[in-house]
Amino acid sequence: MSAVPETALSERTEPLLDLRDVTVTYRTSEGPLPAVRGVNLTVAPGQVVGLAGESGCGKSTLVSTVLRLQPSGAKVEGEVLVLGQDVQTVGWGALRALRWAEASIVFQGALHSLNPVQRIGAQIAEPITVHEPDLGDAAVQRRVEELLEQVGLPGARKRAYPHQLSGGQRQRVMIAMALACRPQLIVADEPTTALDVMVQAQILDLLRDLVRDLGVGLLIISHDLSVLADVCDRVLVMYAGRVVESGTAAQAFTDPLHPYTAALSGAFPRIGDPAARYAPAGLAGDPPDPRELPPGCSFAPRCPRAVDRCTEAEPPLLEVAPGRPVACIRVGEP
Amino acid sequence: MTDLAAQGADAAHTPATVGRRRSYGRYVLGKVLGSAGSLAFVLVLGFFLFRVLPGDPARTLGRGRFRTEAQLEEFRATYGLDQPLPQQFLTYLKNTFSGDLGVSLRYRVPVSDLILDRLWPTLLLVGIATLLATVIGVYLGVISAWNRGKATDKVTTGTTLTLYSMPEWWLGLLLIAAFAVGMGPLPGIFPTGGLHSVDAEPGTIGYVGDTALHLVLPVLTLVLVYLADFSLIMRSSLLDEIGEDYLTTARAKGLRDVVVRRRHAVRNALLPTTTLIALSIGFVVSGAITVETVFSIPGLGLLATEALTIPDYWVLQGTFLVTSAGVILANLLANLVYGLLDPRVRS
Repeated sequence: MSAVPETALSERTEPLLDLRDVTVTYRTSEGPLPAVRGVNLTVAPGQVVGLAGESGCGKSTLVSTVLRLQPSGAKVEGEVLVLGQDVQTVGWGALRALRWAEASIVFQGALHSLNPVQRIGAQIAEPITVHEPDLGDAAVQRRVEELLEQVGLPGARKRAYPHQLSGGQRQRVMIAMALACRPQLIVADEPTTALDVMVQAQILDLLRDLVRDLGVGLLIISHDLSVLADVCDRVLVMYAGRVVESGTAAQAFTDPLHPYTAALSGAFPRIGDPAARYAPAGLAGDPPDPRELPPGCSFAPRCPRAVDRCTEAEPPLLEVAPGRPVACIRVGEP
Repeated sequence: MTDLAAQGADAAHTPATVGRRRSYGRYVLGKVLGSAGSLAFVLVLGFFLFRVLPGDPARTLGRGRFRTEAQLEEFRATYGLDQPLPQQFLTYLKNTFSGDLGVSLRYRVPVSDLILDRLWPTLLLVGIATLLATVIGVYLGVISAWNRGKATDKVTTGTTLTLYSMPEWWLGLLLIAAFAVGMGPLPGIFPTGGLHSVDAEPGTIGYVGDTALHLVLPVLTLVLVYLADFSLIMRSSLLDEIGEDYLTTARAKGLRDVVVRRRHAVRNALLPTTTLIALSIGFVVSGAITVETVFSIPGLGLLATEALTIPDYWVLQGTFLVTSAGVILANLLANLVYGLLDPRVRS
């Protein structure tokens, strides 16, 4: 597995992933449900971008649009550009050629995302045989073993079934599978959820090493801001389908500007901070129903800093400092 | 990382494989014991079920022949029917375990000979009907599940359910009227009943063709009626798989929709279907009894129906035991095959 040549990196002007004003609306029996509202996001080669937010904020819906895997009842507006191609409008043949070969996904919940009755080796080999049909069987098997070794599993494990592996091993298999066709972009949807802390750290190390060695672009989705702070270059925070703040990982975690980001970073106690340990800052209430968003700022009903003005209009995402867009009208106010 | 790798290598070989084999052995043992239990139940039920039938074989068979009470008593004594019921039951158990199914009251030949003679028509009928109903039913189930809620699904499910709700004898008679007797412009193509024509020469190609022609309508009746059984099993089994995340993974890999369906969804849905289909063979067997009567096919079903009128206890017990054993055996085999096919059961 060789890294992307330097020249290719420097010559590339467009980002690997470029989401432009993406809006996803589900058609439901009770009317339209806006799951994602006007999200802009780019991932460059070698860059790790994090997307944080609570369950139901639209993260996974956004991930599904990257390879046009959204359910048939979802309407996607805006542009989803993967290596310059709009995946939402290309033909099916071009889309199939692009899937996994250019961009792959490490799905959430490795147990259910793997076929329970096929050996993991066969599942890793499957996309290789689809996208590189000329490759001989021996070469495919060799690549499968290499991939497993690359994620820290012995090549002989290819004969195992998913249920014979531990949660961490399954997640490694998912990552090996995502690497199978040497894509330039990898999207990891909650790659460490449901893993214990030690395994979580190993998986994050693995992902970070892969980005460094292979020069791929990585988009990580998580509800855990501390996970993202560890590995990401940039972090975007989503609330009720919108991006409410973005910045470098350190900024978002240690110096949050949006009250929601502050609540999110306070929700996970930091090591060496007894105050945070004994009184982790929670957030009262639930995310709003996307069908009946509150007037003005969607976060206002749960916001400790909300004032009357907040319910007047949805705050725009404004750059309050270089590289720090925030959607809050009270930024900078005492 | 190296620790993890070493652990993984260990698990791939010694303890896991041994454990896997041992647990499949336990699975087999469980299934075999379960089947043996069912068979024991059938053995007991087969005796008492037919004893409660109204009618006295001595009187039915002796009509016009036995004139005195002494003659009736003699007939009963010959076949042990004068013994108290518990005594008869014990004799039945003893004989059955030694492989003796008794002698037919009506034909005066051993029941085992009768059954062997009548087994092939039933096996032919049930075998062909089950095979066709399974293949067509599974195909229809896949089509309707993949197009859930669309016109294809509604037409398929509606049609198979309508056919399913028809009694076999009624549909059989309807088919005889339409295709054997001939109705309006339709000529009668197929024979109305039986398994062979009188003039067919056994062992020739014409004989095989003649038998096939006789089997068309009875097989069609069974297939049409039991199609829904198989198609609905496959439909719901595939619908269970359709929502699964691994199909999204397969689609994300760039596989064509038909490949996702064939290689992942259908293959996985077929696993639980094997056992359910084996269960349905029991229904086909019960349907065959009716169909054999309607089409006068000399199989086990017709033998049993005719024996009911006497009642010819030993024939009834024998056919009941043999058909039940067949169904139980088919289920056992399906369960064992399922255990081999699904790695989750195996380990």
